[in-house]
Amino acid sequence: MSKNLKEKENYVTINGYKIKNKFEGLKKDKKVEMLKKMYEIRHFENQAEQFIIRGVIHGTCHLYTGEEATAIGAIYGINSDDYITSTHRGHGHCIGKGADLKTMMAELFGKKTGYCKGKGGSMHIADVRSGNLGANGVVGGSIGIATGAALTCRMKENGKMVVCFFGDGAANQGIFHSSLNMASIWSLPVIYLCENNTYGMSTPVKEAFNIEKISDRKSAYGIEGLTIDGNNLVEVFNTVSHFSDKCREGRGPVLIESLTYRWSGHSKSDAQVYRTKEEVKRWKEKDPIKRYKKVLFEQGVLTEREDKEIEKEVGASIEKAVKFAKESPFPDPSGVEDDVYA
Amino acid sequence: MTRKLTYLEAVREAMQQKMRQDSNVYLMGEDIAEYGGAFGVTVGMLEEFGKERIRNTPISEEAIVGVAIGSAITGMRPIAEIMFSDFITVAMEQIINQAAKIRYMFGGKVTVPIVVRTAGGGGTGAAAQHSQSLEALLAHIPGLKVVMPSCPYDAKGLLISAINDNNPVIFIEHKLLYKHKKCVQDVPEEMYEVPIGKADIKRRGTDISIAATSLMVQRSLEAAEKLSRERSIECEVIDIRTLRPLDIDTIIDSVKKTGRLLCVEEAPIFGGFMGEVAAGVSEKGFDWLDAPVTRVAGRNCPIPYSSVLEQEAIPSVGRIEKGILGLLG
Repeated sequence: MSKNLKEKENYVTINGYKIKNKFEGLKKDKKVEMLKKMYEIRHFENQAEQFIIRGVIHGTCHLYTGEEATAIGAIYGINSDDYITSTHRGHGHCIGKGADLKTMMAELFGKKTGYCKGKGGSMHIADVRSGNLGANGVVGGSIGIATGAALTCRMKENGKMVVCFFGDGAANQGIFHSSLNMASIWSLPVIYLCENNTYGMSTPVKEAFNIEKISDRKSAYGIEGLTIDGNNLVEVFNTVSHFSDKCREGRGPVLIESLTYRWSGHSKSDAQVYRTKEEVKRWKEKDPIKRYKKVLFEQGVLTEREDKEIEKEVGASIEKAVKFAKESPFPDPSGVEDDVYA
Repeated sequence: MTRKLTYLEAVREAMQQKMRQDSNVYLMGEDIAEYGGAFGVTVGMLEEFGKERIRNTPISEEAIVGVAIGSAITGMRPIAEIMFSDFITVAMEQIINQAAKIRYMFGGKVTVPIVVRTAGGGGTGAAAQHSQSLEALLAHIPGLKVVMPSCPYDAKGLLISAINDNNPVIFIEHKLLYKHKKCVQDVPEEMYEVPIGKADIKRRGTDISIAATSLMVQRSLEAAEKLSRERSIECEVIDIRTLRPLDIDTIIDSVKKTGRLLCVEEAPIFGGFMGEVAAGVSEKGFDWLDAPVTRVAGRNCPIPYSSVLEQEAIPSVGRIEKGILGLLG
């Protein structure tokens, strides 16, 4: 548990906000499912990293390893038919929202059977049917789109809301400002979830901001906001779940800053000269999966044996995904101009 | 039933009729509500449709387009008004990297039915940042459709088509056409579509073909009438209407008849859209050409303020006339 999360009956206090501890009320299956999803991300990313190093994958990937608690906590904190928008570091969000591992891996391989028929790759996986409005290659590129999806929810009064994932770097883009302002004046149901993973490519957050917390920007838009421990799944889940209710009630957008760390380099060409091995080691000690497992063990909803079985099962599904991707055909080059227009 | 409408009224009527028919259609932009838009296009729409659907925005072009995209991929059919086409540059990331790419990069599984309406062109003394013709930038991008009506009938029919289209459509209106007295026209009361991707022959002729866009269609027609009266030269004037998709065949068919093509556009000549038209006709219609394809276009400078300079920068009826005579030798 992080130091700013104090359990007190069924409420916890995070950053001065009294938040209902909905995690406590979850069924065992849900709690274990979240662990499984975190494993899926971890193993998928480890596999993708191997393929990048060995040159098996043609393009690049931006790996989510180390940030799993943020995606899973947030996505499980909203309803399954709510929307999300994702980023260039989007595999975790995809998996969290229920993407099929085989179809994802096939996309990384540039195969016809991939989510985008080989036209998008790692940075552009979308699965609109599951509410994933897409990863985005432009930093901040999806903040306006998430705001627009929230406008649809508002205009159609469909009871849905949106979680907009973006990184610390995106918080310095102009569209962050114009979108948060617009969502605020229109009271749109959207949580802006800033994954502060400590670096924008190589630039430390300390160099890119002259404020202590990115969530302090909430006051510029007259909205609620707070900073949470992004490596603590329970805290992410409870916070997002709490504020998603507020959003649905028409109380406007929220800015949540989730503090986390990416274990891998920015992308495949990153020599990581901007950070020390000690720093990486320190963050690995805060491994979100290990921390969450500890919670489950303590609560008695998971045994060591069950844990091993889950991890083994996930490993097998990744192997299946790789097999599917490798055996799938490449797209027909003659279709290169298909899908430009509807 | 038809009645006379201005270009501005035709644009407004298209939006009103679509909004009455489809509750997913809404309009978003700066000063479009009580004020009625910078040019008065949306006057009266707030009263009929209310604040939710005539949605006044802060001055945030990038977010206007971003929000339009996000609402479009989740089931709405937004019309985003960008007050001056110059300001579209503020939203270029969203238009080029997002709206135009989403369908393709997501493997054809998503549609982005947005219309970005904007007022382009010069002639109003508004100088360099309120007078540009940026259509070539946009028409270059696969995934976008670019439409530029030249008259009220087309403005209504093309805007209805644009709203019905499941792709992002950039709809560029011309400020000088909004209340242009010479192009007040009979426009049907009912809804109708003018197809996107189809050029229109606005005047029949046999001596020379003129391909033009937007206001330049009106100026080319004036030049054509004058030369018909004074010199019995019969120009065929083709209104390109939709830059992308481009109907090159209608232009080539005309060239087959006349053997000569003059292209007229308001934008600076260097890298302009008419370079594409000239290349297309040269590639596909070379055998029918009796002379090189020639262009009359804007001068290679920003639009200047002083009316003397502005008139020099933008093709006038006189300059088009000269271009025609030059090409006929």
